[in-house]
Amino acid sequence: MTPEIARLVGGMLAGDKPSLARLISLAEDDSPHFPEILEMLRPRLGKSYCVGITGPPGAGKSTLIDRLVAVIRSRGLSVGIILVDPSSPVSGGAVLGDRVRMQRHYLDEGVFIRSMATRGSQGGLSGGVQAAVSLLAASGRDIIIIETVGVGQTELGISGIADVVVLLLVPESGDDIQAMKAGIVEIADIIVVNKADREGAERLAEQLKAAVAPGRTKAVPQVITAQAINDIGIEALYRAIEKRRKGR
Amino acid sequence: MRDKKVRVLLAKPGLDGHDRGLKVLARGLRDAGMEVIYLGLRLTPEQIAQAALEEDVDVVGLSCLSGAHMVLFPKTVGLIKEKGGGDILFIGGGIIPGKDIPGLEAAGIAMVFGPGTPIGEITGFMKERVRRRGVDNQD
Repeated sequence: MTPEIARLVGGMLAGDKPSLARLISLAEDDSPHFPEILEMLRPRLGKSYCVGITGPPGAGKSTLIDRLVAVIRSRGLSVGIILVDPSSPVSGGAVLGDRVRMQRHYLDEGVFIRSMATRGSQGGLSGGVQAAVSLLAASGRDIIIIETVGVGQTELGISGIADVVVLLLVPESGDDIQAMKAGIVEIADIIVVNKADREGAERLAEQLKAAVAPGRTKAVPQVITAQAINDIGIEALYRAIEKRRKGR
Repeated sequence: MRDKKVRVLLAKPGLDGHDRGLKVLARGLRDAGMEVIYLGLRLTPEQIAQAALEEDVDVVGLSCLSGAHMVLFPKTVGLIKEKGGGDILFIGGGIIPGKDIPGLEAAGIAMVFGPGTPIGEITGFMKERVRRRGVDNQD
């Protein structure tokens, strides 16, 4: 442990945001110091609850998180948010734009937001996400929210990290055949049909309930209809998450 | 270790809706292999400063076309430095009269890039300066 890293860990545990931010960068860069840092933080882990938000591009994940965070903060719980967007397969660069939807939370001391690029990872997350979750947990966040990249059918990395997986779909997501298919629908604990003012939302919700029920090894997911942008369905989603958080 | 990436925060402080230039730059930096955290417009210096620190960026780029740059740029830079981001590289852009540039430089803006600047000139400047900070780059 270098003195610099000891200083950062000490700073983070004392609530210093720049120290936490720099440690997350070390996690992202897969620093050789990281196993040692994690070992040190181990006794402080296990208290946070990790919520994964996944779904196709443009489904409303960032907007839903913005609204959900407002509800979580109204209950006095602190939040850490990790927002993952894709790295370019061509240049290796990225435009990380999820934060734009969450501007009203920037100055809230109880909210820490971090954007990450996938940097070649294929499962809808970035290689540094797991370590970043540990850092946010050690820094005392009650709830950690991870937004995956916009996913298709098989980016399932979130199920290995999150305590609860929320899958966002929109009425255009397909018919009952799509709802039957293997893959992402199977890892969801809660399915939100967002943009529910559009035609077909109730039908999709019913088809999802019917399709996911038989033969599941996991509990049948709860299906919620919502309009994130209009703040509709967010309270129901919060209660669904909270029930699982309390019940763990 | 994974490759380190140059992380750049781009934001528009104040009440200015002209974001075309900043969006073009965001894509140009992406194509140059950098990670751009795009914050969007109508932000306060405090909001930008908080985001820059949480994102642990190497560079902050501020754009202003409304004429308020002499207030908003120094305030944003000052807040970030005060909160521990003293080693961040600051660049500015927008409609900035030449007579204002020395004042902005004195406030900590390393370079002001006006309309028509080739993207390569901006990425070249950033890579040169950030390399001096010790962050490796992929060319």
